[in-house]
Amino acid sequence: MLQIPIIEIKDLSKSFGSFKAVDNLSLTVNQGDIYGFLGPNGAGKSTTIRMMMSLIKPSSGYINIFGMPLSQNRISIARRIGAIVEKPDFYLYLTAAKNLEMLGKLSGADVSKKSIDAILDTVGLLDRASSKVKTFSYGMKQRLGIAQALLHNPDLIVLDEPTNGLDPVGVKEIRELILSLSKEHNKTIFLSSHILPEVELIATRMVIINKGCTVVEGNVQELLNEGLLKVNFTVDNPKQALDCLNTSRFHTSTIVLTENSITIETEQSFISDINSLLVANDIKVEGIQSTRSLEEYFLSITKP
Amino acid sequence: MFFILLKIELEKIFKKGRSFIGFIAIGILVPIIQIAMYSEGNDYFNMFTQTLQQQFDFSGNLLNGYLIAFIVLQSLFVHIPLLVSLIAGDMLAGEAIAGTFRILLIRPVSRFQVISAKFIAAQIYTLLLILWMSILSMGLSVLFFGKGELFIVASTITILPQDDILWRFLLAYLYGFLSMSTVASVAFFFSGLVENSIGPIVSTMAIIIVFTIISSLDAGFIKAIKPFLFTNHLIGWRYLFEQTIDNSRILQSAIVLCMHSILLFALSVYYLHKKDIMS
Repeated sequence: MLQIPIIEIKDLSKSFGSFKAVDNLSLTVNQGDIYGFLGPNGAGKSTTIRMMMSLIKPSSGYINIFGMPLSQNRISIARRIGAIVEKPDFYLYLTAAKNLEMLGKLSGADVSKKSIDAILDTVGLLDRASSKVKTFSYGMKQRLGIAQALLHNPDLIVLDEPTNGLDPVGVKEIRELILSLSKEHNKTIFLSSHILPEVELIATRMVIINKGCTVVEGNVQELLNEGLLKVNFTVDNPKQALDCLNTSRFHTSTIVLTENSITIETEQSFISDINSLLVANDIKVEGIQSTRSLEEYFLSITKP
Repeated sequence: MFFILLKIELEKIFKKGRSFIGFIAIGILVPIIQIAMYSEGNDYFNMFTQTLQQQFDFSGNLLNGYLIAFIVLQSLFVHIPLLVSLIAGDMLAGEAIAGTFRILLIRPVSRFQVISAKFIAAQIYTLLLILWMSILSMGLSVLFFGKGELFIVASTITILPQDDILWRFLLAYLYGFLSMSTVASVAFFFSGLVENSIGPIVSTMAIIIVFTIISSLDAGFIKAIKPFLFTNHLIGWRYLFEQTIDNSRILQSAIVLCMHSILLFALSVYYLHKKDIMS
C-alpha cells in the first residue's frame, strides 16, 4: 500500500542555551497512522510537539507537514491540524461553547450552535456547554481540549497526553474516539502519551525518544516482537517441559516455573518451534502467551 | 481574519470582571469630585482667588461645569495610567499565565495579527475609558453646574469665554487618549516580556514615576533627553487651555507620543515574533 507521509521530521534539534532538548530527531508519520510518540519525562516530546505547532523555533533540521515545509507554510498547515499541546488551557471566564466558538472562528470552523453542540456531545460535554470553564474538572477540560482540536475537522490531530485526568470510562471513550477518527474518517493521529498500554492498544506505529534522540521507530507489533520476549507456556507438566528445554537448543537461563506453566525468554520466531518440541515430547501445551508489554519494551529501551 | 481576532480580543476584555474596574473607579471618583465641588466648591474657589478678588470684581457663574470638568481632567490623569495598565499589561502576560497563548498561536493566524489585534483592542479599551471619563466629567458637570467662562489660575490667569471652550475640551480628551494610549503601549510592551500580570503594571507605573522625576530635574544632560521622554508630553492637553494656543508645541508633543506608541508596538512584535512560547 502506498504510504503518504503526513509528518516528516529530519535531523530536528532544539537547544536552550547549552541544554539540547531535542537532538537530531527524525521520524515519519504516514496518512492514517495512529502514531505513538513515547519517551520518558524530559525526553523532548513536548519540545518536539511545540516545534511541530510552531510555538518554538527549531535550532536546526526541518519539519515537513502535508508535504510542505512548516517554516514557510505555517498558516496553511495550521488550518489542517487540530492539537492539544500539553495542558488543556482555556479562557476560564468563558463558557465551554464560547471558548469553542472563539477558537473555531480562528480555525475557520463552522461555529454554528448545532456544530458546537455536536462536538460537545462527541466528547460528552453537551450538558455543560453553558458552564464557565473555571467550573470544569481537569478531565472535563481535557475533553474540551479534544473538542477544540476536532472542531474544524482537521486531517492531522496532534494529541499530547489526551487521557490525562480522565476516569477509566473517559479513557475508553477517548480511545474509541481516536480509533474511529483513524479508521472511519482516515485521520492521522499523532499521539504522545505516558500511558503505555493505551498506546499499545491503539497505535499502529510509534517512535520512542530519549534525551532528545530517536531510540527506535516502527510498527508497534513488530517492535514488540523484536528481540527476546517473555513467553508463557501453559502445560500439563512444567517440570518435564523444563527438562526438555534444558536439553534442547532453546536452553535459556531465564525460566520461571509455576504449577501449570513455564515462562522463558526467547525470540518470537522460536515460539512455534518450542511448541513443536514440547508436543513432540508428549507435553500437552494448553496455551501460549507472549507477555512482553510495551511498558517492558519501553523500559528496556530507555533504561540508562 | 484580523477583524475576527480584534472582535475576539474585545470580547475577552469585556468578559473579564477586572476590565470594569477602570469604569467603576471613574464612575465613583468623578461624582465624588463633583459632589465635593458642589458642597465646598465656592470656598475652594474663593480661597484660590482671594488675592485676585481684592483687585478685581468677579461676576457670573465661575464655578461652572467647565471648571469642574477641567479640575476632574487634571486630577484623573494621575490615576488613569494605572487603570489603563491594568488591562494593557494583561493583554499578553494574561495569555501566558493562563497558558492560552498555546491554544491561540496554534491557529492559522500569524503572530503579527494576534499581537496587532491585542494592541488595538487595548487602545480601544483606553479610548472607551477616556470617553467614559469625558461623558461623566463634562456631561454631568455641565448638567449640575451649568455653563460659564473657564477661569484657570496657573502661572498665568486665563479666562476663556463660554463659546470658546467646548472644542478645547474635545481636543483635550483626544489628546488625553493619545497620552493614555502611550501609557497603554508601555504596559503592553512589558506585558510581552514577562509572564505575570503585576510586573507590567508595576513597571509601567515605575517608568512614569522615574521619567516624571527626571523631567523635573534641570541637569544639563537631562535637558537634552527631556523632550524625548513621553512623560514630559502626557499633560500636553493643558496647552489647549492657553489663551493663544501654540499649535506646533502640541503637535510636537503628539508626535513624540505617537512615535513612542509605534516604537513600543514594533518592539513588542519583534520580541514576540522571535519568542519561544514555553508557557
